[in-house]
Amino acid sequence: MSIEVKAIDKTFGTFKALDQVSLKVATGELVALLGPSGSGKTTLLRIIAGLETADCGEIFFHGDDARGKMTKDRNVGFVFQHYALFRHMTVFENIAFGLRVKPKALRPSEKQIKEKVHELLKLVQLEWVASRFPSQLSGGQRQRIALARALAIEPKILLLDEPFGSLDAQVRKELRQWLRRFHDHLHITTLFVTHDQEEALEVADKIVVMNKGKIEQVGSPEDVYHNPASVFVLNFLGNVNIFHARSSAEHKSGEKPAKMYVRPHQLIVSRSPLSENSVKVVLTFVNLAGSIVKIDAQSQKGEIFQVEMSQEEYRALKLTKSDEVFLTPKNIAFSEYEI
Amino acid sequence: MSTRTEPAWIRRALIGIALSFLALFILLPLTVVFMNALNKGIAIYLKSLSDPAALAAIRLTLLTALIAVPFNLIFGVAASWAIAKFDFRLKNLLITLIDLPLSVSPVISGLIFVLLFGAQGALGPWLRAHGIKVIFALPAIILTTIFVTFPMVARELIPVMKAFGNEEEEAAMTLGANGFQTFWRVTLPNIKWGLLYGVILCNARAMGEFGAVSVVSGHIRGQTNTLPLHIEILYNEYNFTAAFAAASLLAMLALVTLILKSIIEFKYRAELAAAGKFVIKMENHV
Ligand SMILES: Nc1ncnc2c1ncn2[C@@H]1O[C@H](COP(=O)(O)OP(=O)(O)OP(=O)(O)O)[C@@H](O)[C@H]1O
Ligand SMILES: [Mg+2]
Repeated sequence: MSIEVKAIDKTFGTFKALDQVSLKVATGELVALLGPSGSGKTTLLRIIAGLETADCGEIFFHGDDARGKMTKDRNVGFVFQHYALFRHMTVFENIAFGLRVKPKALRPSEKQIKEKVHELLKLVQLEWVASRFPSQLSGGQRQRIALARALAIEPKILLLDEPFGSLDAQVRKELRQWLRRFHDHLHITTLFVTHDQEEALEVADKIVVMNKGKIEQVGSPEDVYHNPASVFVLNFLGNVNIFHARSSAEHKSGEKPAKMYVRPHQLIVSRSPLSENSVKVVLTFVNLAGSIVKIDAQSQKGEIFQVEMSQEEYRALKLTKSDEVFLTPKNIAFSEYEI
Repeated sequence: MSTRTEPAWIRRALIGIALSFLALFILLPLTVVFMNALNKGIAIYLKSLSDPAALAAIRLTLLTALIAVPFNLIFGVAASWAIAKFDFRLKNLLITLIDLPLSVSPVISGLIFVLLFGAQGALGPWLRAHGIKVIFALPAIILTTIFVTFPMVARELIPVMKAFGNEEEEAAMTLGANGFQTFWRVTLPNIKWGLLYGVILCNARAMGEFGAVSVVSGHIRGQTNTLPLHIEILYNEYNFTAAFAAASLLAMLALVTLILKSIIEFKYRAELAAAGKFVIKMENHV
């Protein structure tokens, strides 16, 4: 089932949490909603689920207007940021909840419920925790149970609010790959919120970048990474260095100074200047741990640059801390004129 | 416990003081009540309790509690739900108003109803014209009791509901539960101990209320005397044994309340601890 959101506005008091947000999610797509804290991600998700009402704008599920429908009738699976498992129920009862509250005519038999719950527990690979209470589970396990509970009602749309937000880095990595495989297996239209760009880039088919209640850009991971629509998107999707273009080829009087944004791995380090854009810097910090070498460098004017290169390149250049070298941008990710 | 730094004698002195106060102000009066009630033997004790006026007082007290407690249960759940889970204007006013009966002297609470429903009161002439008797009759006793006990449930529930938040209810709704199912299957199990606790306190207060009820009841023997009023009359008539016999019933009610309260508190803590929540401090208003 596809989701379409048109020109949604939402204000809390005088604060504009969502400002003319429009978005389309195609059937079976896995879309990441990426943005900093407070950018309105949760609010948008809650409006889609009907937990919050928009001030104006439209929502369509598969072309049908969803605004008149209450949350309970929307058949949307929602996984909350803090799981919101029913703490007084066992894992089994948590997952069975959506089936037990169905109207009598549609309610499956006790046996069917049992089968369904075990099937879901198997899907999230947690069959052995059925009789435990949520408090007896780890964070990652709770997360998966929350997902299983949401899936019990066979939703056509799945909304995940920072599904891996409160987990440690290792578990996050595992779960995000699991989510990708899981989605490839079930193909439910999924919209998930994250403020971790790496997570979004790795998992999603499509990324929606939000900032201050507005959508900055929608595109494939490659697209938003390589062709950012704004400085904000550029910044948000990874570290970036700023070069102030001082001398351009023709020194026309009317020319405005420009800013160039360059990713850390798009800088060439050399012992002598390669072009007039090269900047002389001193290496202030070298981090050799990891698959790539991360270097901090400082220019004479005090600007800090971040450089990344492979271990091989690093060894070939025979660099050490406090070396004086030149940085030349290889590929400019974004440039703008200063106002 | 090993981090305690106070010398042993201070500890002992403090515990000693606390225990002596307890003995002096609680255990001693309780013993006196039961001793006086039983000092002429169990037969007289039972006889004074089965006196028609005493039975009428017991019946009236039970009836009052039977109406006031369910009423406040419903009101308390509704009010605390509204306060804990929604934002609205006048919310602070509502919170203040809920606490009002606790901060007003019971006599004033009673007087409010006399001023409203009494012969000279605002609604008096209208009520008389329609032949409805409120003051010095059952309706006033029940209304006053509801008034003085209505903070009990709400005040217990507000912190509990706030602590549990909204998320589980929202989750229930996304899973297709309607309002009633959400309340019955999700909210109620979460708040049940707090609710029970509030109900017990409410009941104790409803059965034991003296001041406010005294103002509106009219003290008609066998008709508008609740148990506390009945005790006072007997005592003023120097009928000490009967007075203490009736008082022993209220004392027993207090003891039962105390025991239930401890059990609930214990269960409640265990449950909250199991839920990984901090323990909410329970306030005691009795
Ligand atoms: N019920 C509310 N009342 C008032 N303000 C709210 C309410 N809900 C959200 N906001 C405000 O709206 C803005 C967007 O909130 P939202 O929860 O959607 O952010 P978010 O992008 O999910 O952030 P995070 O990554 O921290 O979860 C925030 O500034 C928040 O303070
Ligand atoms: Mg959020």
